[in-house]
Amino acid sequence: MFTRRTFLGAVSATAVVAATGVAKAADKIYIPLISKGFQHQFWQAVKAGADKAAKEFDIQVTFEGPDTEAQVDKQIDMLSAALAKHPSAIGFAALDSKAAIPLLKKAQSEKIPVIAFDSGVDSDIPVTTCSTDNVAAAALAADKMAALIGNEGKVALVVHDQTSRTGIDRRDGFVNQIKAKYPKIQIVDIQYGAGDQLQSTEITKSIITAHPDIKGFFGANEGSAIGVVNGVKESKKSKIVIIGYDSGKAQKQAIMDGIMSGAITQNPVGIGYETVKAALAAVKGQPVQKHIDTGFYWYDKSNITDPKIAAVLYD
Amino acid sequence: MTNTDISAPMAATTTKGRFSGAQQKLLAFGTLIVLLIGFSLASPNFMQTSNILAILQATSVNGILAVAATLVIITGGIDLSVGTLMTFTAVIAGVVLTYWGLPLPIGIAAAILTGSAVGLTSGAIIAKMKIPPFIATLGMMLILKGLSLVISGTKPIYFNDTPSFPVISTGSIVGDVIPGVPVPNGVLVLFLVAGLASYILGRTVLGRYCFALGSNEEAARLSGVSVDNWKMAVYSLSGGICGIAGLVIASRLNSAQPALGQGYELDAIAAVVIGGTSLTGGRGTILGTVIGALIMSVLLNGLRILSMPQEWQTVVTGSIIIIAVYADMMRKRKA
Repeated sequence: MFTRRTFLGAVSATAVVAATGVAKAADKIYIPLISKGFQHQFWQAVKAGADKAAKEFDIQVTFEGPDTEAQVDKQIDMLSAALAKHPSAIGFAALDSKAAIPLLKKAQSEKIPVIAFDSGVDSDIPVTTCSTDNVAAAALAADKMAALIGNEGKVALVVHDQTSRTGIDRRDGFVNQIKAKYPKIQIVDIQYGAGDQLQSTEITKSIITAHPDIKGFFGANEGSAIGVVNGVKESKKSKIVIIGYDSGKAQKQAIMDGIMSGAITQNPVGIGYETVKAALAAVKGQPVQKHIDTGFYWYDKSNITDPKIAAVLYD
Repeated sequence: MTNTDISAPMAATTTKGRFSGAQQKLLAFGTLIVLLIGFSLASPNFMQTSNILAILQATSVNGILAVAATLVIITGGIDLSVGTLMTFTAVIAGVVLTYWGLPLPIGIAAAILTGSAVGLTSGAIIAKMKIPPFIATLGMMLILKGLSLVISGTKPIYFNDTPSFPVISTGSIVGDVIPGVPVPNGVLVLFLVAGLASYILGRTVLGRYCFALGSNEEAARLSGVSVDNWKMAVYSLSGGICGIAGLVIASRLNSAQPALGQGYELDAIAAVVIGGTSLTGGRGTILGTVIGALIMSVLLNGLRILSMPQEWQTVVTGSIIIIAVYADMMRKRKA
């Protein structure tokens, strides 16, 4: 049958092309990074950091992550395929630590060092964790919010989700700081928009409708923050204080335009770079400290062009 | 696009339909073999026992969902809620086992019965309220997504108090009998479910009516078949199978992850069409679907083993789906 033969031919051709294209440098040190996401600019910045380290140390690095931060099982499949390649070390940002334990134990038994990054892994298997202290970073956002609205009034949060570690830490970091230090500030609503700009826009508009006297919004990741900016713009309200998280072109522009007061930035490039560097150290048997804090910064119009800040922002 | 396919009048696929199913299976099977050989030649890391077992395990959940989807698609319908229904039943199992502390068999029964009940509801919305399947199950997908979050309190529910629960998916009865081949139980569950569904489709009245509904619903009605009731039965059966998928994924992750599930229906539908089942209904096989699901996980695993950049993995997977369905159409045109 002609069609079947051509079809099979096409498939095998694809496989062979793919094989010859990628199966190279087998003797180089190989470190796969299994991340929590892939498409977002934040993860691409982590990837850029990892690629930079790969080039600098002349090793092979791959970077993969599931489409959404809910797909725990797909992440496990990725981890499992990465282990099948017998890597020198592995970088892992767990969506759900407990679900990954059997594979991490397998890595341990094969003497493959595991480096946790971003939100870490709840286990003592990882050699080290390269991450941002999200609770402290969100508390800093709360302090900035309080100062900008004069320590009193209504504020609301638009968060990316209720189940991920970063979602929980940033929400709690912000809320607990407000409760502990600013009794006159009232948190009127906390809504979740999946980090989706459009959903977060609609959420913001409905919160403004429900609370016309609202004074401030905290958007807990890039998509949420941009959603808040759009929602405030579409509601034609001025004087609402917006504090964002992470960076990206739209968020940087909003800060330059004065619509957003400022944002917390992590150091995603640093997370990727430090993860690969720590992995390499572990492969070579060098000592690695138990936790590598990759840091966070407050940035606003006044320091956005500061070289130290500009270096950790991404477009 | 999918929508037009479905609402297209039941193009009376002739009785040839069922015979050509065998050819399509062959085609899909050939593709699977070619992929296995191609990847084995390309990387020594592919053909390892542990990797093959990992592929099978990665297939188990999507395979079971795809079997559920196949039944509905053969009737000329579609079920977009299979992924979130799976999650919903996993959450129900979590509530029964962890929150209420009831014994394991009750948790298993609760998940499967919940799945059937939800399936029955979808079937009733479609058959009695005459809402098109695409829309009815789209609504159900969202309802279940929300309810999973509500019931779980938006947090994963862990099964730490039910130590035997992970065995459903990750334990290995086969490994106990034949040491060295620890095929995970989740895979056995897939094969059992597939065998059962295949039997129902081929040997029972329900199966015959599945094909009859998909080939020509009006003709079935005119010949005295109570179309509405059989339709509800099929959706209910499909829902029960989603309940089994819910148990397998919850057992594998040792937790019910309430935010998971959306998007899984598309993977399941992709496996179904790669396996040669027609989206217009009236034609399809369970074996084809299982092979379709295997093709998807072999492809994804193989591309990962070859360290192909993730963005390209997606491109290749999409292309394979189109090529597979196109090859199927060409073959049909010739037949």
